[in-house]
Amino acid sequence: MAKPKLKEHRIRMDWCKGCGICVAFCPKSVLELDAQDKVSVARAEDCICCRLCELRCPDMAIEVVVEQEGLQ
Amino acid sequence: MPVRDYIRERFFPHLWCPGCGHGIVMNALIRAVESLGLSKNEIVMVSGIGCSARISGYLDFHTLHTIHGRALAFATGVKLGLPGLNILVPMGDGDALAIGGNHFIHAARRNIEITAIIMNNRIYGMTGGQFSPLSGYGTRATTAPYTNIDHAFDVVTLSLAAGATFVARTTTYHVQQMIDFFKKAILHEGFSVVEVLSQCPTYFGRKNKMGSAAEMMAYFRDHTTPIGSKAKKENPDLIERGIFVHKELPEYCREYDKVIERAMGKGK
Ligand SMILES: Cc1ncc(C[n+]2csc(CCOP(=O)(O)OP(=O)(O)O)c2C)c(N)n1
Ligand code: SF4
Repeated sequence: MAKPKLKEHRIRMDWCKGCGICVAFCPKSVLELDAQDKVSVARAEDCICCRLCELRCPDMAIEVVVEQEGLQ
Repeated sequence: MPVRDYIRERFFPHLWCPGCGHGIVMNALIRAVESLGLSKNEIVMVSGIGCSARISGYLDFHTLHTIHGRALAFATGVKLGLPGLNILVPMGDGDALAIGGNHFIHAARRNIEITAIIMNNRIYGMTGGQFSPLSGYGTRATTAPYTNIDHAFDVVTLSLAAGATFVARTTTYHVQQMIDFFKKAILHEGFSVVEVLSQCPTYFGRKNKMGSAAEMMAYFRDHTTPIGSKAKKENPDLIERGIFVHKELPEYCREYDKVIERAMGKGK
């Protein structure tokens, strides 16, 4: 199977509480908190689609959408 | 089914504080249910009272939000009445082991097929940070400003002694392991306990100067180790993660059916 390729991080801004867990544990430092203390994608090109941000988000606010998903 | 179909979106954003570990437990539980391919209609979630217990309001299963400490008693009734359903009982450490301690040990002893999830943040979050039976000696809480002198239960040894037939422990940092343990616990035909070390940054974290939610999770990463690891031998203070027991024993509802058969004169 080919490596999954990132389409986008789908973020529910109104659900994000800015706890910073996703930022702290992203193995590739893809994410940051913006001036409003909400998650933002600073380095999308470095994302390896491990989904750890999605799985550890206490607010269900992040979804890692990969390119192949449309083909299911 | 997409993850969002398992939640009641109308109640989001949820009431838990920023960084509360309980949200991660909910997230992992949804992934476990999704990956097992269970239908929402086959699941009954029964909870008591506490920040942790609020999880039942957010999930789109059959849900019962009952009274403090008694979730397992209600769950036992539901399971005996409708044994074909999967029963999930998420509880705080106070809910499960302070006020609910007796229900807990007896449900374990009966080996009724229920999945008990202990969201252990070592404090009463909902009521303002009083110490719980899991806070432990030397910790601080709203009700222990000069440090707590109560020793903590060990959820794993307590569950084993009470007779639970599946007992596992993990943390909110180890989310993939948590999903795996939830799946195994749900499939287990008997009383299963999954203890998840969860962070309450608002009370336990603040009172004990543990830093942010992420720092509390880093603490779980650095102070836990797989069962029987070399690290544990070198540093006995590390908390073990893993599956401590997974065994088959007669299950309560199935045994009860046999009692009915015997009473009807078919058994002997
Ligand atoms: C019979 C009864 N006694 C006491 C309370 C008050 N009370 C509500 S939640 C709670 C403890 C919550 O702690 P825990 O179960 O550990 O859950 P958390 O909020 O930390 O997730 C207490 C004592 C209650 N609701 N009902
Ligand atoms: S008080 Fe603690 S347990 Fe309750 S929602 Fe806040 S962080 Fe979570």
